[in-house]
Amino acid sequence: MACRLSSVVALVMAPRSETTPDTLKPPATSVGVLGWLRQNLFSTWYNALLTFVALYVIYALGSGLWNFVTTTDWSVIAANLRLFMVGRYPAEETWRVQASVALFAFLVGASWGVWGGVARSAVILLASIFCTALVLPLAWNDRVWMAGNLALLGVGFAVGHFTKARRALVWAWLASLPLIAILLYGVGELPRVATDVWGGLLLTLALSIVGIVASFPLGVALAVGRQSSYPAIRWFCVGYIELVRGVPLITLLFMMQIMLPLFLPEGITVERVMRAMVAFTLFTAAYIAEVVRGGLQAIPRGQAEAARALGLNGILTLLLIILPQALRLTIPAMVGQFISLFKDTSLVAIVGLLDLAGIANVAANQPDFLGRQAEVYLFIALIYFIFSAAMAYGSRRLEKTLGVGER
Amino acid sequence: MKRDSRGIILLAVVAVVAFAIGACAGPITTVPTAAQPTQAQATSVPQPTAPPPTAVAQPTAAPTQVAQATAAPTQAPSGGPTNPPPTSAAAEIKGRLKTVLDRGKLICGVNGQLAGFSVLEADGNYSGIDAEFCRVVAAALFNDVSKIEYRPLTTQNRFAALQSGEVDVLMRNTTFTLNRDTAVGLEFLPTTFFDGGGILVEKSLNAAKLEDLAGATICVLSGTTNEQVLTDTFNALKIQFTPLTFPEANALYKALDEGRCDAATSDKSQLAGQRASLLSKPDDWAIMDATLSKEPLAPAVLQNDAQWADVVRWAIYATWYAEELGINQANVDDKLANGDTNTKRFLGGTGSLGKDMGLSPDAFYRVIKLVGNYGEIFEKTLGPNTKFKVPRGLNTPYTEGGLQYSPPFR
Amino acid sequence: MTSPVPTAPSHTIPFYRDVRVLRILAQIVFVALVLLFLGYLFNNMTRGLARLSGSFSFGFLDNAASFALSETPIPYDPATDSYWIAFMIGVLNTLRVIIVGIVLATLLGLVAGIAQLSSNWLVRKITQGYVEIFRNTPLLIQLFVWYFIGVLSLPRVRDSVELPGSIYLSNRGLALPWFTPNETFALWFGLALVWIAVAVGAYWLLRRVKIPLVYEWRGGWALLIWLALALVSAVALNPFTPSLPAVRGFNFQGGTTLSPEYAALLLGLVFYTGAFIADIVRAGIQAVPRGIIEASRALGLTYVQALRLIVIPLALRVIIPPLTNQYLNLAKNSSLAIAVGYADLFYVSNTIFNQTGQTLQVILMVMGAYLIISLALATLMNAVNARFKLVER
Repeated sequence: MACRLSSVVALVMAPRSETTPDTLKPPATSVGVLGWLRQNLFSTWYNALLTFVALYVIYALGSGLWNFVTTTDWSVIAANLRLFMVGRYPAEETWRVQASVALFAFLVGASWGVWGGVARSAVILLASIFCTALVLPLAWNDRVWMAGNLALLGVGFAVGHFTKARRALVWAWLASLPLIAILLYGVGELPRVATDVWGGLLLTLALSIVGIVASFPLGVALAVGRQSSYPAIRWFCVGYIELVRGVPLITLLFMMQIMLPLFLPEGITVERVMRAMVAFTLFTAAYIAEVVRGGLQAIPRGQAEAARALGLNGILTLLLIILPQALRLTIPAMVGQFISLFKDTSLVAIVGLLDLAGIANVAANQPDFLGRQAEVYLFIALIYFIFSAAMAYGSRRLEKTLGVGER
Repeated sequence: MKRDSRGIILLAVVAVVAFAIGACAGPITTVPTAAQPTQAQATSVPQPTAPPPTAVAQPTAAPTQVAQATAAPTQAPSGGPTNPPPTSAAAEIKGRLKTVLDRGKLICGVNGQLAGFSVLEADGNYSGIDAEFCRVVAAALFNDVSKIEYRPLTTQNRFAALQSGEVDVLMRNTTFTLNRDTAVGLEFLPTTFFDGGGILVEKSLNAAKLEDLAGATICVLSGTTNEQVLTDTFNALKIQFTPLTFPEANALYKALDEGRCDAATSDKSQLAGQRASLLSKPDDWAIMDATLSKEPLAPAVLQNDAQWADVVRWAIYATWYAEELGINQANVDDKLANGDTNTKRFLGGTGSLGKDMGLSPDAFYRVIKLVGNYGEIFEKTLGPNTKFKVPRGLNTPYTEGGLQYSPPFR
Repeated sequence: MTSPVPTAPSHTIPFYRDVRVLRILAQIVFVALVLLFLGYLFNNMTRGLARLSGSFSFGFLDNAASFALSETPIPYDPATDSYWIAFMIGVLNTLRVIIVGIVLATLLGLVAGIAQLSSNWLVRKITQGYVEIFRNTPLLIQLFVWYFIGVLSLPRVRDSVELPGSIYLSNRGLALPWFTPNETFALWFGLALVWIAVAVGAYWLLRRVKIPLVYEWRGGWALLIWLALALVSAVALNPFTPSLPAVRGFNFQGGTTLSPEYAALLLGLVFYTGAFIADIVRAGIQAVPRGIIEASRALGLTYVQALRLIVIPLALRVIIPPLTNQYLNLAKNSSLAIAVGYADLFYVSNTIFNQTGQTLQVILMVMGAYLIISLALATLMNAVNARFKLVER
């Protein structure tokens, strides 16, 4: 207050002359570090109090963290790194996972080259992960692979930058998913690696990606069905959505794990991981449907009426006019749903699958590493955090690029 | 244009309905899949004249129903320990055994988090006595102990996994009880480990008898027989206690280690294993003398498949029988070459024991050669040289006062 | 019928091109498809059940449960009480977590949401850090950390920390002084209910009193009246005997104990949901146009008045719908109790179907129970929303 007053006084008292800017330097307390401190931390007495409370909180957290860091022993992570990454995926087949990651790195690099912006942050994230992995005490061939991935990012960028092949890139992305799935699962000459031996981060990502890709069309269909003028379809969709949204995910997962075999004809068994995928898909679809419904309702009626007036039939109106606008509106909420799906994949640990969380429980209880739970949980929490935060950041960037909320 | 699209949609809907009806009707006509193989066989028997040329031309070809039915006589004499494909002469392979052999891999339901029984090691393999018995079965089936897919199961989903046919055999320290044998629909096989319910308690508490635990908090795994036994026993003795249940052992022992509960109850062997593997100061803890219950831990398969049950049953008996006869991993080749008739018959040197159950004649030889007899299995998983130091107790051959009494292999 | 008659363009549309008929036909086909699919599943299921020699009935619920539970809000004897009672205990335990969790999460979310807009840089950054970390990691991992690393690392029962007021903190839980009801408890409880009616009456009467200090704070006054009446009648009737916790034998005896499992679950749910609520609150406050606040200040309202009369009602309109979703999420997420061994609805049910083998029935019961809870919560919040909704003219 005092400083503001003094500057006002100074302004009033200042002689009108050419040298005003020189003579009227702001007081030292309102600029620089001191000014910043004053403005942001000590502007009023209760602000100052809050600052001291906050400082204490930081001190408490910091000292706790310091205690933890000084007594920490990361050998449990190092010894189980393979389990954490791919679970019990056969060692002689690991090249398939590596190839998938390499393909992914290339495509991300190319996306950067073609689209710039949004993809750049993904590139930075991937590059920093690879660089971190280079520093870690890994086997030399893993390091070579990591370096190769880094190089692929660059190659991808170069290819994308000079060709600017937008259409080809979209197709490549679309093709990459089934390609990676086939590569990992194995078909024909490639020996089959049943999903039940997949584990760790690989399983977590497989569950989330399959869940996201499969639940999206189902959710959109449900949302459209909920708006349908056919009462039978509408009530079916409403019933499904509300039923699924009313029960916890874990009950659906259990239901699928235990009951699904009962619902299938005898002799047909579905791998447990696939059952979990089905559960995630059915669950997330109901939530996606609600998100999309919000988007559909936000589109003015005039749009549909104009389309009909132009001679488009109901289906074409929906596909060409309503959905593109509605889906664009729902991107942030949709990504939020996918983030929560990604986090929820950890629930499969409760039904006995060895995803990242399941492997964490195994590793934390190996006789050699008893009492190392904190390291294990911190490690996997960090992995979850990086992915979730990256998705959230990407969503914000995308929102900006597409101009959601600006129309 | 508009009308056309309507028509197309109508057509598509009709097609979908037709497909749905077809899909729905399909299983209804063919669903008795359990009976399907016999049906197929029944049809193939009256017309053996059609397939013979091909079947005779390639007697060792794929073990299809037809090939087996006709090729049987040509295969029998050439049977011997060197006969690799597990096709059978005497037995008609069907049901689960056929499924497993066709798959070329045994799916074995295990605990996966119980050191000494089955636990996932950092190298991605499973160790422990239950895992060893998975290998016993795989050795008998495939002559290859790596042809196993282990499925870690929780106490909650273990029976469902067996019921749904997801696993071929359950080797998951499961207590053999009447309820599970009947209401749950399992078939139990010879007990691989005779155990008893016990209580693990901190030495410093000086608890000698159950009454000393009055007022204590006792940790127990939910969904186990121990949970009910604990309640029954303490109620009968009118001892006050607070139960604390956990769905899995890791959480339970962590809680015990931190002093959240005063004691834990489980099967004694498990207590021994987990004391050594999951408690930070194993030596501070003792297993009380009191035995709360009988806990025969036995493998289980789904009921109503006698052929498959027999394979697992006799593979387990083989480990007992070998110990009775003094056959072990080291001397099994010698015994096969120079043993008495009984030994040779057991190991497949003569006779057709293995074949009778639909396996290779040398199935039991493989079990001993690749895995070992019961004594050896016990030594390397739970015995005094391991950190668990579980006494063999009742798990010795009947000749040494134990409960292991294998029916004769003849 | 399909043969074209070019000379007389008929106005009757053939039925397969009549939109009205097609609409009905399409719906019949759809319903038929759904029914066929369900029938197919049901068909398989009955076969499956027959294969397992099981049958579909709820008769097992009357059998004695024969498993003990660690936390029982109502008396429970495993030797005689049925599975149904055990199930209901699970439901009660779940409700206990949900209700307390919602209250605490709302408070935390409110504080953190406002702190995110604080003019204090440090406070802002700390709360932003909290929100980011807790939103972006799975609840399950957080529960593991709360339970195994947090609560279980508290001192053991014999070394428990004594807090003022005979409160003890150990890894057996938080032992608090409590009251055991006497014979007069029922009478006192009845009276207390009557006093509530009295207090409500007072609330209505007080709004007529034209003293600002009275009618502005009439809620507080009514509460004060109720408290005074309840206290006076408590002194008169002596309905409780206080009981203090003390270590006897292995555990705390007397008083009441908040179990570590409950505490860990509650902490996990509150901090996780609180982070989401914080963001909702922040967005809600930011949605209030600055001009309105400035205008209210210009009209002479104090900062607190502006907040209470202008900002909060406006913000609530934006806040309540997403808040409802978070409450529902919290209710559903409480099923993760199984990870920390808290005997909630889902965990108890798990034990029940494990012991009886009646998986399908129990799972259906669990889903039904959660559906009812979700529905009740949603109805309640919709009623609240209706109060704050913008009345469009």
